[in-house]
Amino acid sequence: MSEALERPVRLLYFAWVRERVGCGSEEVSLPSSVATVADLVDWLKTRGPEFSQAFERSELVRAAVDKAHVKPDASISGAREIAFFPPVTGG
Amino acid sequence: MAIRVQREDFNVSSEVDALTGERTDIGAVVTFVGRVRAANEGREIASLTLEHYPGMTEAELERIEAKAMARWPLQASLVVHRIGDFVPGDNLVLVVTASAHRQAAFEAAGFLMDYLKTRAPFWKKETDPEGNSTWVDARLGDETAADRWGSG
Repeated sequence: MSEALERPVRLLYFAWVRERVGCGSEEVSLPSSVATVADLVDWLKTRGPEFSQAFERSELVRAAVDKAHVKPDASISGAREIAFFPPVTGG
Repeated sequence: MAIRVQREDFNVSSEVDALTGERTDIGAVVTFVGRVRAANEGREIASLTLEHYPGMTEAELERIEAKAMARWPLQASLVVHRIGDFVPGDNLVLVVTASAHRQAAFEAAGFLMDYLKTRAPFWKKETDPEGNSTWVDARLGDETAADRWGSG
């Protein structure tokens, strides 16, 4: 289980989440304790004030795993790309 | 059965012609065009920028369209959404539905727009005449409109 320690994943940020975080995408290595989207949000919030501010009201931030909408309790096991963004406003 | 995300404007009548072609089994075509307004929630709008999530946008629009096709007897459908920078009066989104009879075409067009507005990963940023920019907040009414179709 060599991948149990850390696994690479691509994170994407859009709209005001991107502006607050300060970047549109990044590659990170996640500790194995980060199992769900909610775990990932908690982990991100420890990375600095820009992250804690962007995710301060986490109910305003939506997530997608591998380009599909998910809820906070969704597993991120095997995920290659995880995106965070505000509620959508197209149309 | 097509979706497109593009910067260019669209022409409604040529899109309808391309979709219906020589077919004689289509008795009803409904088109919806969404445009940029000069005011939103009391704010004057000078320009609007549309950001999206490349890859997911197309995947989500295809999922939404597949749901509509499964639910109504559609002969053809088209969703075109523009991205980039806009001014009031610009076209933003086009939905075309074609069916043998009008009811399916009307309902499916409404469904496609309601789902697009709550599921497709687009975000609008408005700029007022003084140059102040703000991200548009999602409207609760859009969720309510999508909910009327059930779980889809």
